[in-house]
Amino acid sequence: MTAAAPPHVGRRSIRGGGKARLRALTPYLLMAPALLFIAYFLFWPALGAFGVAFQTASGQWTLANFQSLVRDTDFGLSVRNTFLLLAIIIPVEFAVALGMAVLAQSRLRGRGFFLYVWSFPLAISDLAAGLVWLSIFTSHGYLNSALQSLHLIQHPIGFLNYDNLPGLVLAVVAAETWRSISLVMVVIMSGIQAIPADLGEAAEILGAGAWRRFTKVTVPLLKPTLQVGLMLRTTTAFQVFAVVLALTGSGLPVLATRTETWAYGARNYQMAAAYAVLLLLLSSLATMAYLTTLRTPRGVFQR
Amino acid sequence: MRRRVWPAVVAAVLMGAACGGTPAPQPTAAAGPANVGNVEFLSSQGQPANENQKMNNQVLAAFNGHADFTSSPTAAQDLDKITAEQKAGKGTIDVLALQHGDFTTLAPTDSLEDLTPLLQRLEKDRQFPKALLDYGKLGTQKQYYIPWLQATYMMAVNKKALDPKYLPKGVDVNNLTYDQVITWGQNIQKATGERLFGLPAAPGTQASLLHRFLQGYAYPSYTGGEVTGFKSADAVQMWQMLKRLWAVTNPQSTTYANLQDPLQSGDVWLGWDHQARLKDALEKMPDQFITVPAPRGPKGLGYMSVIVGLAIPKTAPNKAGAEALIDYLTRSSQQVAAGAALSFFPVVDGVKLTGSQVPPYLNAEAGVAAKYVANKNSVVALLPVGLGSKSDQFTLTYQDTFTRIVLHNEDIQTVLNDQATKLQDLLNAARAACWPPDSQSTGTCQIK
Amino acid sequence: MSTAVATRAAAVPGRRVEPGRLLLYGCAVLVTLFMLTPVYLIALAAFSPPQAIFDYPHPLVPVGLSLENIQFFLTYQGIGPALLRSLAVGALTVVISLALGCPAGYALARYWFSGKDLAQLMLVNVRAIPMVIISIPLLVTFLEWNLYDTVASVALVHAAITLPLTILISASVFLRVPSELEEAAMSLGTSRVGAVLRVVLPNSVPGLATAALFAFVTSWNEVFVAVILTLRGPTLPAALVQQLAASPLAFRFAGGLCLTIPAFVFIFFMRPYLFNAFGVGGK
Repeated sequence: MTAAAPPHVGRRSIRGGGKARLRALTPYLLMAPALLFIAYFLFWPALGAFGVAFQTASGQWTLANFQSLVRDTDFGLSVRNTFLLLAIIIPVEFAVALGMAVLAQSRLRGRGFFLYVWSFPLAISDLAAGLVWLSIFTSHGYLNSALQSLHLIQHPIGFLNYDNLPGLVLAVVAAETWRSISLVMVVIMSGIQAIPADLGEAAEILGAGAWRRFTKVTVPLLKPTLQVGLMLRTTTAFQVFAVVLALTGSGLPVLATRTETWAYGARNYQMAAAYAVLLLLLSSLATMAYLTTLRTPRGVFQR
Repeated sequence: MRRRVWPAVVAAVLMGAACGGTPAPQPTAAAGPANVGNVEFLSSQGQPANENQKMNNQVLAAFNGHADFTSSPTAAQDLDKITAEQKAGKGTIDVLALQHGDFTTLAPTDSLEDLTPLLQRLEKDRQFPKALLDYGKLGTQKQYYIPWLQATYMMAVNKKALDPKYLPKGVDVNNLTYDQVITWGQNIQKATGERLFGLPAAPGTQASLLHRFLQGYAYPSYTGGEVTGFKSADAVQMWQMLKRLWAVTNPQSTTYANLQDPLQSGDVWLGWDHQARLKDALEKMPDQFITVPAPRGPKGLGYMSVIVGLAIPKTAPNKAGAEALIDYLTRSSQQVAAGAALSFFPVVDGVKLTGSQVPPYLNAEAGVAAKYVANKNSVVALLPVGLGSKSDQFTLTYQDTFTRIVLHNEDIQTVLNDQATKLQDLLNAARAACWPPDSQSTGTCQIK
Repeated sequence: MSTAVATRAAAVPGRRVEPGRLLLYGCAVLVTLFMLTPVYLIALAAFSPPQAIFDYPHPLVPVGLSLENIQFFLTYQGIGPALLRSLAVGALTVVISLALGCPAGYALARYWFSGKDLAQLMLVNVRAIPMVIISIPLLVTFLEWNLYDTVASVALVHAAITLPLTILISASVFLRVPSELEEAAMSLGTSRVGAVLRVVLPNSVPGLATAALFAFVTSWNEVFVAVILTLRGPTLPAALVQQLAASPLAFRFAGGLCLTIPAFVFIFFMRPYLFNAFGVGGK
């Protein structure tokens, strides 16, 4: 959305003089209050906390925390689980959300109602989502009740048993998708809205079918939107935490729950910070990967 | 549309600014000459909705001042608040109620008042058990907290499990061994196809109390100690037992923060937990459950107590009020009232759990506690002593050991050697001497 | 409910429904069921008698409705003031977030400047900072400012948390306003600031309203900061969460419903903005 089309207004400035310098400074002056505000309340304390990751309890600089991190009991598992969840949740959400956005575009009756229902989880907290899905997946919960009433099972299935990886993953993926697919859908829809309608019409006149129009016109033009959506969703997915904890306890450790366990379970802020540094590193890498691989030539949207 | 929304937004902001967010402390209308004013009372106990209300409406109602009882979702957040108040040199919290283990992380930061003078005044008309007072010193000469309530851990058993179909022959449920519990669980599993023993094994030391099961029950019962025999042959035998126990334990136990819910839902028929975390099941289904002591092992019946203490942060704005509140809460009537509200036992000598406000299940739990004390082979385990800020990490190491051996099926001796190194590092860093039931050490406690 | 709508829609008399469209309706109903079923079930759990939650298998239709679980939350002593505080925190968050976020969004939309990618990277990664590790420094700051346990402290941090999304949304909103419009206004003698105020902002109101509502909802749902920065004056969801932490299951499900219902209200109000902004139409 944002990286797509800066129309170079700033560069068109008249050369020379204080006015030009002011112009060059304008974007920085506009950005400054917001960035300073965020920096003061979040980045600055976070920097201090990240510093702790490289210090001993008595304040000497060290990498020992990262050595302990790698040797941490659930380190390997939590890395695996984090990436497993990302690898399932992100593609599923974007595929389904794209479908939902297309459905919403196809002039269904009752579309207003559909959109209302599809977007309400936007306003639901991860905590509530965890509780809601716990009532479904717990072994004497609604899913097993339904299966049992339909005589599909004899005994309740332990979806949340620590040794039932597919069950645990299913529960977390369902809850996370339910909670956050609305956001992805809204972002994608905003992108679709921004595609000039005449492009699609032109393609139709040229004889392109619905599917070809979708793959050859809509999807390529959605790239900048998808980029923003992917960046937002991936960063938040790395932080997935409350839902995982509510549903799986220690059954499915992820990097974010390990951060919490070290901070609040062991009150070892060095280790918690080391996990936080790792998470920040991973999500920055992911963001940069999206920025470079999905880079679109500037001016796609220029009207 | 925008015209309709913005005035509401502006009005809300003004309202917020006008109210300042928090109602200003209103001194309660004169309730006698010695009204001590507003006392901010932060507690890690009594979070559940109904307990919170009982504390405010029943226990604190007669206090000669206004005590505001608040609790955070986890004790860790309470600790954050105290730590920050100390760093800022400004405070809002007057009285702090935490479990012993949470106090240990605060003591080294020197953020709590020395309550020795207050204790001396209180001891004019009430006596506290010396062992509990020593806990409150946290390994120093200062009285960092004054004991308020205590509790212990026990097993709750669904009466369905008592059926002779399941209960092994000739077994006394009030004097079980770990092996008998395993056989019991196996019998149930054979008949029902389900694993119905329960352990609270949700992650982290804040969520569940599995670490206390290991430190205070399993280890003392099998090794006679808590620390020194951590990787001994006896310990290996204990972990083999735990693996067999886990084979009859509901695998959803890793999501349980407490057992009261799975007991009621039938996911668990028998299990071990903190008495207050069994409460809802015992209270709501009094005819369905009995409480019995934890099992014993080759070295005896290991058990542990929980102590909740009251402390005053150095930054407390109303110290006189705080002392008055501690005085109030350790009176015998309030000991019983708070015990009944929170499902704990009183600590003050001679206070009996009697009266209409004491629920039957609490009396039953007290009966179990009496059995621990009366047992000649009991091994009383103390909460980790002298580890200071390392105590939570020390404790997490026990949980991690459980994870690796029982959940991940790693080789027992390898894991024990590995985790023993971690424990020893923590003991060395804190220069902690051994504490009971381990025998006394000269210098830092050494894992053998 | 959803099925009824769809069937009615599909069975409009005198109109042949092609199989393709039927498939579309089928998909739409399926998605709708996925969204609504969990809400129905948590409501069922919340309105069951406390002990019924432990019956198995659970009936999937309501039997023996009870208000016992939910009653506690509705009669919770501090509910009124806590609600007001939540609204005030949300409103203040929105004001700060928009006031600081719109200029930044405008800069991202209209200018190319070096460091822009870095700024965007920073914004996106704000969410990668776990609040647990910064809670103590934040507490110290607000204690020193005498803002601990106030609406302002919570709102300031919430504003910082919501700013990135506000900036991203406002940037995309400003991008949609053709810069030609702005330049036309400027060629008529208006300053850039004037052009922004008179041309760009009026054209961006629905989009910015979306940003505002997003900020409000995020603030409403944020409980960690709201718990840690308050003592006597938590926001409503924070107060709920405090009570839920150690409560029995029946209570927690009722609390889960209480945390879910406001979403329907918020989105109801957001709907016209969301859908106008995306050109779908509110009705």
